[in-house]
Amino acid sequence: MPAGTRIVTGFPYTAVSITGTETDHLLWALLAVSFAVMVLVVGLLLLYAIRYREASRADRGNPEGKSWAIEISWTSATLVVFFGLFLWGADLFVRLDGVPDNAIPIYVVGKQWMWKVEHPDGQREINALHVPLGHPIELIMTSEDVIHDFAIPALRIKHDVVPGRYDTLWFQATEAGEYHLFCTQFCGTDHAAMGGMVTVMSEPDYTAWLSAQPNEGNLAALGRAVYLHNGCDGCHEGRGTSGAPPLAEVAGREESWLRDSILHPERRGAVRMPSFEGRIGEEDLAKLVAYVKSLGGGGR
Amino acid sequence: MNYLTNGWTIRSWLLTVDHKRIALLYIGAITLFFFLGGAAAALIRLHLLTPAGAFLSAEAYNRMMTMHGVIMVWFFLVPAIPVTMGNFIVPLMIGARDLAFPRLNLISWYLFMTGGLFALYGMIAGGVDTGWTFYAPLSTAFSHGHLVAVALGIFISGFSSIATGLNFVVTIHRLRAPGLTWFRLPLFIWSLYATSLMLLLATPVLAMTLILLVLENLFHIGVFDPTIGGDPLLFQHLFWFYSHPAVYVMILPGLGVISELVSAYSKKAVFGYKVVACSSIAIAVVGFFVWGHHMFVAGQSLYTSLLFSILSFLVSVPSAIKVFNWLGTMHKGWIRFDAPMLYAFGFIGLFTMGGLTGLFLATLAADVHLTQTYFVVAHFHYIMVGGMVSAYFGGLHYWWPKITGRLYPEMWARVAAILIFFGFNLTFFPQFILGYFGMPRRYYAYPPEFQILNILSSAGASILALAYLLPFGYLTWSLFRGARAPANPWGSPGLEWTTQSPPITENFEEIPVVTEGPYVYPPPEVLSHG
Repeated sequence: MPAGTRIVTGFPYTAVSITGTETDHLLWALLAVSFAVMVLVVGLLLLYAIRYREASRADRGNPEGKSWAIEISWTSATLVVFFGLFLWGADLFVRLDGVPDNAIPIYVVGKQWMWKVEHPDGQREINALHVPLGHPIELIMTSEDVIHDFAIPALRIKHDVVPGRYDTLWFQATEAGEYHLFCTQFCGTDHAAMGGMVTVMSEPDYTAWLSAQPNEGNLAALGRAVYLHNGCDGCHEGRGTSGAPPLAEVAGREESWLRDSILHPERRGAVRMPSFEGRIGEEDLAKLVAYVKSLGGGGR
Repeated sequence: MNYLTNGWTIRSWLLTVDHKRIALLYIGAITLFFFLGGAAAALIRLHLLTPAGAFLSAEAYNRMMTMHGVIMVWFFLVPAIPVTMGNFIVPLMIGARDLAFPRLNLISWYLFMTGGLFALYGMIAGGVDTGWTFYAPLSTAFSHGHLVAVALGIFISGFSSIATGLNFVVTIHRLRAPGLTWFRLPLFIWSLYATSLMLLLATPVLAMTLILLVLENLFHIGVFDPTIGGDPLLFQHLFWFYSHPAVYVMILPGLGVISELVSAYSKKAVFGYKVVACSSIAIAVVGFFVWGHHMFVAGQSLYTSLLFSILSFLVSVPSAIKVFNWLGTMHKGWIRFDAPMLYAFGFIGLFTMGGLTGLFLATLAADVHLTQTYFVVAHFHYIMVGGMVSAYFGGLHYWWPKITGRLYPEMWARVAAILIFFGFNLTFFPQFILGYFGMPRRYYAYPPEFQILNILSSAGASILALAYLLPFGYLTWSLFRGARAPANPWGSPGLEWTTQSPPITENFEEIPVVTEGPYVYPPPEVLSHG
């Protein structure tokens, strides 16, 4: 690690991602509102309980007769505060949903009870994730069995990982360190053991780490092998009369769209393409999708 | 002669159609389930004293956690107040001789017990390892427990819910005493009416969901299996379409009880009576349209999440209104500190805290961080244990003289109420912090950084366990040794206090005629010299 980089471990008090810092502000605002309401409610409760205890001689004259004005004022005050909180939370949530164009795509496959990670250049890891500091990362995730959830509390993000589809998460870490990674959707016996560490490293460290990993080749290149092995080129490279489009035409599509098209071509109106459902595992699918994406030129 | 002394045989109890005796049968059953679910919770908290887990295997922990959830949700929280206090008090409160369908009421109890026995069989035979939410495809293709027996148990007890809801709706519509108009009804009746509507409309969806779950489990028909055209998220939509309204089914009767207690021990009419009554109905209606807030990170569409978020904020407004109105009721009252009122105080604080932490979870981006952690566990228990169980105990003490004809020992009851309050906070407050730092729920082992907060929580749980045993002891004692209760020991205005304690089998010598609203107390001159 370069000098001056603070190394944080486990559960930092404050978030270490760009959006996470905003989540923290939102949480503090919610805490402030809650604290104010608690002080008001408990304060009035104690005040009235003491002041108007049965034995006290406090004045009880002129109790409020018409309560409508009071009802309407506290109801509308509540509504206004709630609407403000809703907007704040919704705005950040929408931005959490939109993946930046320059994000590095990393494929994640969950299965009982481990996380398998595939980097764009073919590096693989299990129950660990290494990422560079200060660069947006997109996780493209699916499950081989039940629903899991990929959660990194230090980054304030999590998302369910559902079998049969791709779910995505993105983040940009702001501090180097090692942070806990959990599965947070109950997934059976060893649910509690399904996790590991996320290592955020400086760019040079990350590059060094990548090149030190054994690597079977670029993910897209591996995908090309899967592609050839399954005979996809027979139609998609224009030698037949099938009318199958050259894949460069769809390379700009989202990963989940591509995955779905391979498994359920009928959904795209491709009646002559066979379905590959059950014939290609999730890890090979990820390679295949990475290959098709690579045909678009220039990555994302 | 009263309903308790009207027949001593076992048959006179097991075949009774008297709503009061059926209520006692339910109290017995509910108490049993409460202690079973509580025992599971105690083992869970004991196990979590150490990061690696103290003594349970992963399998055993998962089954214990599921058992705690299933028993507490379906065999304690959902039925607790309606079938016990509701059953006993509703006809008395509205000046009726019984519920509209006494035999159906008895059948409801048998359905409940049959369902409970199925569920218990499933638990004893080996348990279920899916959590009480039964998410597919874990529950349908990857679980190794006795899911079918437990699901059938819940399915059967659902019919008991439907029958009870139906019985209350018809009773409240048809059997009110002469002069008892809708806006003269006590707020407990309003809350049970709203609850009954939800039971009637939501429980059938649970029944469908459970049938699909069992079919999928046994025959693998594929409704929830993505590899053959199904969708795992469909299960969550169906499940929460029932289970979110069910959360309001659990808490609404509690809100009704608290309105009664705050008024009775402040000797003052409920502030904003009509608003409080209508807020129960508003909760019941809006409560049907917020289920998707359980699925913000599950993969539902962005727009769906936005919609469910704003609706969830909306549903919390009527609850906030109730809290403000209780405070308004206390203002310029003559407040007494009997045990039921101590429970009501505890309820107001803990329910408010549960509601406010609910706002964290309704706020989309905040939910992303907090959901599926101990924050959710703490939030849920603040509403359900801090709120609903406090209301249950408060109501049980308040109506105890009417139910048994005996007074409970006041000093013991106050000690128990205070111990429950502190034990509860020590158990669940640390869990908010655990959740904020990211500790996932349903973990049989956890990183060592979390140990101190877990020890605090477990220490609180041991106080709580002891505090819950206290009422069991002294209430049983009071059944035999407690002082005889007069008809109206608290000076409360409801119709249930106009008949003797305990009431005769048909409740009233003569059906009362109602000429005024529900909370009319003596004028201030009398109260200030009383």
